[in-house]
Amino acid sequence: MTVLEVKDLKKRFGQFYALNGVNFELSEGEIFGFIGPNGAGKSTTIRILLGILKATEGSAKIFGKDAWNDAVEIHKRIAYVPGDVNLWPNLTGGEVIDLLVKLRGGKSRKRDRERYIERFELDPTKKCRTYSKGNRQKVALVAAFSSDADLYIFDEPTSGLDPLMEQVFQECVTEAKHEGKSVLLSSHILSEVEKLCDRVGIIRQGEMVETGTLSELRHLTRTNLLVETKEPIDSLYQLPGVYDISVNGKAVSFQVDTEKLDAVMKHISPFGIVKLESAPPTLEDLFMRYYGNERKQAAGGDS
Amino acid sequence: MLRSMTKHTGSLAKFMLRRDRIRIPLWLIGLTFFTFIVPLAFDQMYESQHERSALAETMNNPAMIAMVGHGNLDNYTTGAMTAHNMLLMTAVVVGLMNILLVIRHTRADEEDGRLELLRSLPVGRLANLNAALAVLIGTNILLALIIGFGLYALNIESMDLEGSLLYGAALGGAGLVFAGAAAVFAQLSENSRSATGYSIAVLLIAYLMRAVGDVSNDALSLLSPLGWVTRTEAYSNNVWQPVLLLLIISIVLFILANYFNAIRDLGAGFIPAKPGKRNASPLLQNPLGLAFRLQRTGMIAWGIGMFVLGISYGSVMGDLESFFEGNEMLEQMLIGVEGYSLTEQFIPMLMLVMSILATVPPVMAMMKLISEEKKHRVEHLLARTVSRTKLIGSYVLLAVINGFVMISLAAIGLWSAADAVMEDGFSFSAIYGAALAYYPAMLVMIGGAVFLIGCLPKLTGVIWFYIAYSFIVLYLGGLFQFPEWVGKLSPFGYIPQLPIESLEPLPVFFLLMIALFLSAFGFKGYRMRDIEG
Repeated sequence: MTVLEVKDLKKRFGQFYALNGVNFELSEGEIFGFIGPNGAGKSTTIRILLGILKATEGSAKIFGKDAWNDAVEIHKRIAYVPGDVNLWPNLTGGEVIDLLVKLRGGKSRKRDRERYIERFELDPTKKCRTYSKGNRQKVALVAAFSSDADLYIFDEPTSGLDPLMEQVFQECVTEAKHEGKSVLLSSHILSEVEKLCDRVGIIRQGEMVETGTLSELRHLTRTNLLVETKEPIDSLYQLPGVYDISVNGKAVSFQVDTEKLDAVMKHISPFGIVKLESAPPTLEDLFMRYYGNERKQAAGGDS
Repeated sequence: MLRSMTKHTGSLAKFMLRRDRIRIPLWLIGLTFFTFIVPLAFDQMYESQHERSALAETMNNPAMIAMVGHGNLDNYTTGAMTAHNMLLMTAVVVGLMNILLVIRHTRADEEDGRLELLRSLPVGRLANLNAALAVLIGTNILLALIIGFGLYALNIESMDLEGSLLYGAALGGAGLVFAGAAAVFAQLSENSRSATGYSIAVLLIAYLMRAVGDVSNDALSLLSPLGWVTRTEAYSNNVWQPVLLLLIISIVLFILANYFNAIRDLGAGFIPAKPGKRNASPLLQNPLGLAFRLQRTGMIAWGIGMFVLGISYGSVMGDLESFFEGNEMLEQMLIGVEGYSLTEQFIPMLMLVMSILATVPPVMAMMKLISEEKKHRVEHLLARTVSRTKLIGSYVLLAVINGFVMISLAAIGLWSAADAVMEDGFSFSAIYGAALAYYPAMLVMIGGAVFLIGCLPKLTGVIWFYIAYSFIVLYLGGLFQFPEWVGKLSPFGYIPQLPIESLEPLPVFFLLMIALFLSAFGFKGYRMRDIEG
């Protein structure tokens, strides 16, 4: 069942198109990773999904309802954590958590609240004024996890957390998934997305350039190979689909387009393979491929 | 040792001056402007000694003494009058300036981590505190000199050079005492807000001790720095000893602040921050409760302020008649109506001032919604099951109640004080009715704020200009003899002048309709637009 559906979403601020055709879907029980450089339109998309911004064109639907018109109805079933959590300086963390949970409606889960406060090691008796960025994020996370939502929307939720707390966050997300909840996770931290997400979407300059499961996307990218042969490999440079060759004695490391892997292996096996290491592409490679190309193009280079 | 502790004090002071290159001049310009304009106005309004003595009569009651302190009422020259009416109030404002500037450069910088950055450089431990104190000493000396020589330069007969310099020095001295108090609290308290809070509390206690002391027990007001300020008797006896005392106390406070700063860790304080509530009370857990909670302190302060304003107006009622006699300027501003005493004719003008002032807190309450939006905090609510209508509706409800409470407090204050000092007091319903007559105009202003928030969120500041316009045009309209339509551009211009005029239902109805329409458009706009930030 589709929980969230975004179709040809466009958002214009003055003359500038912050979003220029964003498409993706999120099914029930799925974790969708939303990645892209700063200013690509991740937060704008999320704010449209929350009914805080009005889409210029296209549609954004959650639970089959319109994100703008049925905002309140939708919000009964979602929990949102912004990347930059601004809280009321003269309220305590505990007060803010209660307020936020209460405002979402539904039943308040007192036991969960205490449990998550403990897990995130938050002192709820302190005024929000005294909290660091990470602690403010913890307040929003505790409020989100201790409410009984069907869809969680996280906008770079761990940017201020330490690695231990990042771990706790990942556990909480995984638990939510096991309970059948859906998650939209926007993030820069690719290892996190890689660990948690079933599918990812890469957004660049307001357009969704790629969506799919990690293995689908890996198909589009290159495998890292390290090969040691008895004799030096001839004409490796001329082979299509081979990149970034570096020679280190008898060992050669390079990247191969996944669809050219077969041809490349056939080409090098006659030279007598002594050692072969292959590594699947990381999300980082994927991301860098889109984002890095952009930089190279900007520099006038060609890849 | 001391040298290394204060290394780079000079460069930090220069840096602070650069950061405050607009802020400090603005304070100084504001303070000197009001200090200079008042004696000039007094000199023109009360030309003869007879008029001034009449005013002195109205000042001779406990309420006025509690407000502005003792003055030289026997020889009420323009100078004595200025010192009596202005010196204490100005000293309070100077104290406030010093508190805000000191905390800004000490605990606030420390709390935000900027001081840590500086302290990692070869900068002495006490350098920042002493740089801030140096800046404030310079500012207060400058203030004392500008006011001292400036008042003398006004060339008013009763304002000689010595009195003027003493007037300035009393202000500067009082400023330094509160700079010192703030510097001490900046060491004691862990966060800048409570440091400011404690310092302002000291300022208020000093004022209240003087007020109670001046009315009942002189010894009590001799314990208050603000009591010393009025005892300089500038332009009458010119007593310099209080200024000396102010300076001694401020030096003691400076040393104390340095001592506390030297023995504590960066970021630490001596007053432990008490833990707050672990859970939110049920009252807080809805948009209305949150909106109220965020503004509670400010609203209470405004409420007290409105009540005190009402009391201070009411307390002069008993002596108003004698005050009016021979004051042409005020007579010109009030329309003469047969059958009503001048005191009663004065009521509508007081009501106008009080109602426009009472419009400020509800409009502020409304504007809080915009500032919450700009700080990205409304999205916490809108991302949950709070509709936009409910959100803006909560603020409107709060503003509407706020306005009602404010104008009521002012009216009750006025009535109770007038009743206490007048032989033949007003009826409560007359006063309260005259005040409430302005409520529809206040609602139009609130409606205007709602409209701007919903439809023109970038132009919300316009409402303040409109309120200021209403005040200037209607308060000074009679004096400058503006044509009538100028006043009719403000909703306050349609309010009948109770009790001398009678209440007409039609304007009230139209004002309510306008308020309703503006709000309706505001609600609609707010539902349709993007939330900023």
